[in-house]
Amino acid sequence: MTTQVLTSAAGLPAKGPLLARSGWGAILVALLVVCALAPALNLLVPESSIFHLSDYMVGLLGKIMCYAICALAMDLIWGYTGILSLGHGLFFALGGYVMGMYLMRQIGREGSYQSDLPDFMVFLDWKELPWTWALSDSFAATLLLVLLVPGLVAFVFGYFAFRSRIKGVYFSIITQALTFAAMLLFFRNETGFGGNNGFTDFKRLLGLPLATQEMRMTLFVLTGLTLLGCYLFARWLVSSKFGRVLQAIRDAESRVMFCGYDPLPYKLTIWVISAVMCGVAGALYVPQVGIINPGEMSAANSIEIAVWAAVGGRASLIGPIVGAFIVNGAKSWLTVTFPEFWLYCLGALFIVVTLYLPQGVVGLVQKLRIKKGGQA
Amino acid sequence: MTPELMEQGAQRYERAQEALVQGKTASGGRAAAFSRPLVRGEVDTTHGRILYLEDVQVSFDGFKAINGLNLDIAPGELRCIIGPNGAGKTTMMDIITGKTRPDSGSVFFGSTIDLLRYKEPEIAALGIGRKFQKPTVFEELTVFENLELALATHKGVWPSMKFGLNGEQKDRLSEVLQTIHLKDSVRRRSGDLSHGQKQWLEIGMLLMQEPKLLLLDEPVAGMTDEETARTAELFLTLKGKHSLMVVEHDMSFIRAISEKVTVLCDGAVLAEGTLDQVQADERVIEVYLGR
Repeated sequence: MTTQVLTSAAGLPAKGPLLARSGWGAILVALLVVCALAPALNLLVPESSIFHLSDYMVGLLGKIMCYAICALAMDLIWGYTGILSLGHGLFFALGGYVMGMYLMRQIGREGSYQSDLPDFMVFLDWKELPWTWALSDSFAATLLLVLLVPGLVAFVFGYFAFRSRIKGVYFSIITQALTFAAMLLFFRNETGFGGNNGFTDFKRLLGLPLATQEMRMTLFVLTGLTLLGCYLFARWLVSSKFGRVLQAIRDAESRVMFCGYDPLPYKLTIWVISAVMCGVAGALYVPQVGIINPGEMSAANSIEIAVWAAVGGRASLIGPIVGAFIVNGAKSWLTVTFPEFWLYCLGALFIVVTLYLPQGVVGLVQKLRIKKGGQA
Repeated sequence: MTPELMEQGAQRYERAQEALVQGKTASGGRAAAFSRPLVRGEVDTTHGRILYLEDVQVSFDGFKAINGLNLDIAPGELRCIIGPNGAGKTTMMDIITGKTRPDSGSVFFGSTIDLLRYKEPEIAALGIGRKFQKPTVFEELTVFENLELALATHKGVWPSMKFGLNGEQKDRLSEVLQTIHLKDSVRRRSGDLSHGQKQWLEIGMLLMQEPKLLLLDEPVAGMTDEETARTAELFLTLKGKHSLMVVEHDMSFIRAISEKVTVLCDGAVLAEGTLDQVQADERVIEVYLGR
């Protein structure tokens, strides 16, 4: 972190800018890469050129950027507030399901049964849409629900958990149970969300075909912009006094209470913000990968989000983003070259980071830089 | 009700509010009066008591940690509490600050505020500050940020998000920094401070809260002699403006600051008086030297 400290007349550190100059520079570069360089390399540069960005890579990077948003959300709740959630996969999946419902309705009569209803409903011999699908044909309502559904679930769960002062490993276990319970619920056909097959075979978004290069690029750019936006928002949050209260809750919660702060609304606010971010990531993820099923709610998925944050470096915001890219980059490479070794590598990586790199990769880089630069 | 009476009532209410904001004097600058309107959050000390504990009982799994404790503290008083280990000193502070609920008894802040009805943050907001036995500061934050967090201001989520120090608050902050001798360490991570400095920082955080009553659990533990002497000096300047309750084992420190000492033993008051009086008390000698 490179927040500049200015000195006011009284000798007190003044409130620094949101980002240092180099930070804004990095944001600008990222913006150019996402909005100009990547589209140009993918759409304009001919496929024969070595500079061509393949469609496969666009899809992969888009997917990883969605994961990075999740890792960022995890950093807010775990890195800054000290609450380890092992249920963030649920919020990701909920956002994804809301978007998936809209995409299912967009298929229209082009499904295998040529019906107005989604295929799986025809297969189950349902005659009309369940009430949960009432708003699924409106894109505006879908966007709203992408925020509201994960937010509301997080609010209700968080309110009761934090009010009962559930902490530490107990909280983690309960969140894990929550996502597992939701997975079992979504596996059932009666729940009305496609059972274990989930949603797939999407055709269109806003009436435009999904399977085109341009659409893929648009979704890629949107995801990149969302990631940057989330990063700036998170940076603003943690550099405000609100963010420092969160860190204080992490370090000494009883002291926070005796300072006159009620930790409940603080925890609840950051918990809901974190969940909504994951929901948005899920909604961006589904049209890019073309499928959503209850597997996204599995325990392992939520744990992986925590691994990304830990590998990259907690309480740094940039760390978890880097972590998501490193782990998922390694994953997509290793699962192709040595598929049977991937899980061992993930486990080993997690152990190494926990034992030797408590500050993650970003912490290591910072340490090396300080060592190299001496005073500077 | 006649208009004049209503008018008078409104004026009294205004004065009370004004006194509350300015924190003028312990009694809000008023004499005791019958049927004065109750003002929410106002500490009514017109009866000469800022803290009042009556017949408090607490037991943990059958062990009576506090057993019929009666104690009261006057506004502006500096009271020292001593007692052997397990006498219930820390438990008493837990009860006053809302961390532990007593099984029975009453705890009043002023003559109108029943502390047993409030939660920890609310009690802190009412004006009771507490320093823990083990210095508890926010280790990852700087000295400056620690003090800024403790500052008496709106403590809700939204006010915190858009919070910035105003000039008056900055002055207050530098004043406290001066008092606790940490001016040169403003930007240091508080986890890197020495034990004594952490104690000072925590006391500074209490001062930022502008509490009416300060509960200090072993404030000079781990301090050097010089730091202890400075702390004694600080407490003597706080006396009068704030009420203080100090739990300590360091007798020379108590001798330096005390006017009235309360000896706790087995969860109840054993003796009360000046340090010399209680030290001459047969029962006190017995509990300290063994039976």
